[in-house]
Amino acid sequence: MIKITELSKAFGSIGAVHEINLEIKKQEIIGIVGPDGAGKTTLLRMVCGLITPDHGQVLVMGKAPDRMEEEKDKLGYMPQRFSLYGDLTVSENINFFGSLYSLDKKTIQDRADEILGLTNLIAFKNRLADNLSGGMKQKLSLTCALVTRPDILVLDEPTYGVDPESRKEFWKILYRLNKEGKTILLSTPYMDEAELCMKVAFMDNGRIVSVDSPANMREKFSYTVLELKSSIKNSHVLRDIPGVIDAYFYGDSYHIVTPKDRDNLQFIEAALNERNIEVFKLEEIAPSIEDVFVSLAEKEVV
Amino acid sequence: MRRIMAVLYKEFLQIRRDRMTLGLIFMLPLVQLLLFGFAIQTEVKHISTVVFDQSLSADSRDLLESFSASGYFDVTMAVNSYDEVTRMIDSGKAKVGIVFPPDFSENVRRGTSAAVQVFVDASDSMVSNQAIAVANFIGMIKSQEILTSKLRVGAAPYDIRVRPWYNPDGVTAYYMVPAICGILVTLSMVMLTSMGIVRERERGTLEQLMVTPIKPYELMLGKTLPYIVLGYIQITVALLVGVLVFHVPIKGSILELYILTLFFITASLGLGILVSNIAKTQMQAMQLAYFIFLPSILLSGFMFPRDGMPKLIYYIGNLIPLTYYLDIIRGIVLKGIGFSYLIGQVISLLVFSVVFLTISTLKFKKKIA
Repeated sequence: MIKITELSKAFGSIGAVHEINLEIKKQEIIGIVGPDGAGKTTLLRMVCGLITPDHGQVLVMGKAPDRMEEEKDKLGYMPQRFSLYGDLTVSENINFFGSLYSLDKKTIQDRADEILGLTNLIAFKNRLADNLSGGMKQKLSLTCALVTRPDILVLDEPTYGVDPESRKEFWKILYRLNKEGKTILLSTPYMDEAELCMKVAFMDNGRIVSVDSPANMREKFSYTVLELKSSIKNSHVLRDIPGVIDAYFYGDSYHIVTPKDRDNLQFIEAALNERNIEVFKLEEIAPSIEDVFVSLAEKEVV
Repeated sequence: MRRIMAVLYKEFLQIRRDRMTLGLIFMLPLVQLLLFGFAIQTEVKHISTVVFDQSLSADSRDLLESFSASGYFDVTMAVNSYDEVTRMIDSGKAKVGIVFPPDFSENVRRGTSAAVQVFVDASDSMVSNQAIAVANFIGMIKSQEILTSKLRVGAAPYDIRVRPWYNPDGVTAYYMVPAICGILVTLSMVMLTSMGIVRERERGTLEQLMVTPIKPYELMLGKTLPYIVLGYIQITVALLVGVLVFHVPIKGSILELYILTLFFITASLGLGILVSNIAKTQMQAMQLAYFIFLPSILLSGFMFPRDGMPKLIYYIGNLIPLTYYLDIIRGIVLKGIGFSYLIGQVISLLVFSVVFLTISTLKFKKKIA
């Protein structure tokens, strides 16, 4: 559906996106994951034709996105910032965007009701968009992006700043849309959302470092992760232990990354005791997608 | 077409919800016109005047009487020394000082020229020009009176009769009120549309618009057309105040005035939308708008007659839509002339409208970078 080849864009001397290659197949949910400033928004805007690339090209269903004036309805885009009119009501916003695609009133009405039903916004039809909660605003944006029944959805951090409950709900909607045949390209700063995508492209410093399914990514991860609960205040002491590749704070504990082939648990435990580090708990855990990303990001930096 | 209508309808909804702006559209012409209509008087009367009469004679009183009777000088203060005259003018208590020398009366009677000193505070040129002109005029008339009575001839040798057309009584309001209508419309229209595009850019709504199939010209038209209605509301309120409060007689055809006003409104809206396309932020748009307002007020012939301007400034005035509209509205309201006299102005405004909207359309790109 979308083919990105050798795509680059720089703003002044700052490179935002470097030689990205990515292919998105029909009915995939692909997540661009990466820290702030990785170039996710720039990439998505180029996919939508809002930014002209310096090099390379994007083909959406075989066409350059800024050449597809008449097929604009095939691609639904939801920008990172709330981009609807706060002084219009929910249904006025939908009507407005629907009519920009030359849909007639009846069609817009039917579709709006359907999507608003799906997103549980139907009760708020006549509320001004400004008076919606963060999660509802995102759902309204999604509704507007869906009014043309696009084949492809491009969503830029659709759940950013939304409470966990609404995020869960939002993802349920995405899965449903996907089941109906939609291809979804989205970006997210949340690692836990990466697990929900069929395919994840990890982006760092303008480059896509790795693309694979979350399961494969974890599989390919060639290290052992140990979880440590301790009273220490930072991870520097852990990094100094020989054999430790990386150590970082994770939630309420530390993750220690070590090579796979050794009997690490005992070795590390001994090293911790030697350094008089209090150990409340130390055990081997399955690597999370975040562990994978941390290691990918650090490889990139080195 | 459907897309233009969609933008148009959206703009109407937004205008309707923006109570503050809507209120301003009505109140602006009402309040401003009342304020300026009464305040702007190019004719300066009742200039506070101090007198130092050393002659204290019937002749000095007679001349002083002429000054008072002219209506331009309010002789309310009499003092007893030059120093006091100076002090009064320095302190701003008086704008004019009249000093009669002790030998004034003797000189009049003897037939030698009797000198009277008139000091004028020329720091405000509007006041001083008037005062000087009137003082000279009074001197001339009085001298003539005395001469003719001495020579015992029936009449003065020349008799120039001036007939002021269109505004025989020289009522400032008749001249100013129509012009203020023009100023108000251009101010509001430029201001409103100058926010049009840039506000959407700042709020982020433009990003969503850009991915839709809307064409730049459709967006520009959809964003300007609704304001034509507001422009007409404004001009109507302003004209009503002009007629009801200032009793401005509208000599020409009101219908014609309304039709020709359309071109001025579109030119102003076009200018505003152009500003909106150039500015990156609403703040910049505001500053750009002000950059346009001042020349509009000063160079269009609203404040100062354009005939007296240096050539370069005069030509700059030609680039301001208000210049042409002042010809139209003053022409129709005061002179009662019609379209056939104003065709040049109408074409100019039409050209402005088309040029502004075209540049705006060409400048608008459906791209962020």
